[in-house]
Amino acid sequence: MTHTHIPRISGVLRSPITFSVLAGLVIGALFLVGTGADPLTAYSAVLTGSLGADGIGSTLSTGTSVLGMALALAIPLRAGLINLGGDGQMVLGGITAAVTGLYSPLPAPLTVVLALLAGMAAGAAYAALAALCENRLGVPLLVSSLLLSYPAVSLASYLARYPLKEPGSSLPQTRAMPDGVALPAFGDSTVTVGLLLVVLAAAAYWFTDRRTAFGYEIRMTGLNSRFAAYAGVERRGLTLKLMSVSGALAGLVGAIGVLSFPYRFVDGSLTAPGYTWTGLTAALLAAAAPLGTVVASFFFAVLAVGGLAMERTTEVPRELTQVLQAIVIVFLAARLRFPTKWFSRRTQESGAV
Amino acid sequence: MFFDSDLLMSALRALTPILLAALGGALCERAGVFNIGLEGMMLMGCFTSVATSWFTGSAWLGVLAAALAAAAYSLILAVGAVTLRGDAVVLGIAMNLLAVGLTSFLLRTVFGVQGTFDDPSLAGLPLIGGFTPLAYLAFVAVAVAAVMLSRHVWGLRLRGVGEAPDAAATLGVSPAKYKYAAVLISGVLCGLAGAQLALGNVTLFSENMTAGRGWIAVVAVMLGRAAPVGVLLAALLFGLAEAAGFRLQGVGLPQQATDAAPYVVTLVALFLSTARRRRRTVNSPSGATT
Repeated sequence: MTHTHIPRISGVLRSPITFSVLAGLVIGALFLVGTGADPLTAYSAVLTGSLGADGIGSTLSTGTSVLGMALALAIPLRAGLINLGGDGQMVLGGITAAVTGLYSPLPAPLTVVLALLAGMAAGAAYAALAALCENRLGVPLLVSSLLLSYPAVSLASYLARYPLKEPGSSLPQTRAMPDGVALPAFGDSTVTVGLLLVVLAAAAYWFTDRRTAFGYEIRMTGLNSRFAAYAGVERRGLTLKLMSVSGALAGLVGAIGVLSFPYRFVDGSLTAPGYTWTGLTAALLAAAAPLGTVVASFFFAVLAVGGLAMERTTEVPRELTQVLQAIVIVFLAARLRFPTKWFSRRTQESGAV
Repeated sequence: MFFDSDLLMSALRALTPILLAALGGALCERAGVFNIGLEGMMLMGCFTSVATSWFTGSAWLGVLAAALAAAAYSLILAVGAVTLRGDAVVLGIAMNLLAVGLTSFLLRTVFGVQGTFDDPSLAGLPLIGGFTPLAYLAFVAVAVAAVMLSRHVWGLRLRGVGEAPDAAATLGVSPAKYKYAAVLISGVLCGLAGAQLALGNVTLFSENMTAGRGWIAVVAVMLGRAAPVGVLLAALLFGLAEAAGFRLQGVGLPQQATDAAPYVVTLVALFLSTARRRRRTVNSPSGATT
């Protein structure tokens, strides 16, 4: 999936990705048999429930968040950096967008743009903080980004429950956005312009990755950071830039969440669906390649939404789809060294961090 | 008084699961396997201990089952990272995700509930002097690990495998065997940590109940430089932060602030320790994992 030439069919079939996905589906089928459900019925319920007329809207709106988070994690991953702080960056983006939407004196359409930008700025700033922790303080990015995530989620939760809480409501949520402060939706669906925004971001990522010197630097760092450093790529600067972009995208996902139904920040509504982890899974499955990330995100959005349909028809808990995702990645990671997809002569120490 | 014996007691209670998991992580680190799957192994231990305790009526069988289940689960990392030479970081992340999904799935299929399983007839661990036997065991484990690593030939070989696998292999020590052993022991310890969490001070299972403690344990390994006593001090710091958080909640601080406290304290401690280490060893290679 990462190569520029079109791989031959046999190559696709033999690829570790195909193997992992198939192995995941087979193990999932065993789980289904174990719970007394018919795997074929269950899997067809997943497909019809997510791609049928009733489910496609839901798949696309879930896909918006999953793709957004997948891109946020794929972009640093391309250089071998793992950003585990997506939840915190997304939630800060969401709460910042909510505050902007509620208090901006500008007309509604400008407020929407401002809220999106503010959300992105908040996410970017917080992710940059994690990058600074690695660059200046020597705390590995993997750990600093993850640990920073918890206080951010707590802060947003506090704001939504106390200072910004909707008066008179028993729910932990802010007031609804003023009239017109919302992303336009397509028809009656829950799919908003947010989908276009993340698709545009994916396109920009593809272009950068394929056509620019910066994209080449990123890939080279992912393949072999020592070689890239020798060739003049400044690692600290790259970490800071990539994390900022990553955080901005996570913040964008949060802002889109607030500017779509139910048009407010609801505590837990951004983190509970696990977009960050699904996005990370998608990015890992695609080895952070731009097109692959889009395909994998769509695949996982189908699984997530179809899981609900499966639960309705077969009474098998939808958590099974989460198990499937993780199994796919376990197989993918175990079958071969993850970075060897890009570079076959890497030393075996866990240098992906 | 803010700092009194009660605070210390609750700090010691809070540190037990972290300490057990972090000890396992430290052994893996010494053997040259980066183990960030501690969180997932712990969570598997939580669920297995509760399920076994409920079906058998014995908390001790729950503890045993948790240790075995988490050890079996740790095989994913051992086989994937040691035998198949997969990426330990990605494997660990996937194991954490798998554990969340698997335990939530099992919670619903086995117990038919969502969120939390909490039953009055569920047997919990007995308390001796305010602590579970596992808490005492954790301190014994620190001492054993410290002696093994510094004095015993097994521990010295383990360190050799981690520091220079080729040299160890030349001397007839099989690196794979020692790495497997370290990962499996970390599984057992994480299983005990999970049992302590689920059957210790509370007696219940709830989805994702480890809530980042496995990650804190990973940080404790770094803070304590993978030495048992260092890990103990790091876990104590976390325990104090959690206990102080609870105390402050009683004074009227919002729950969100106290929830965040352990992570912030851990992070700050990590900053300080790495910054100090950095100043001491200038020109260290940048971007090292530990």
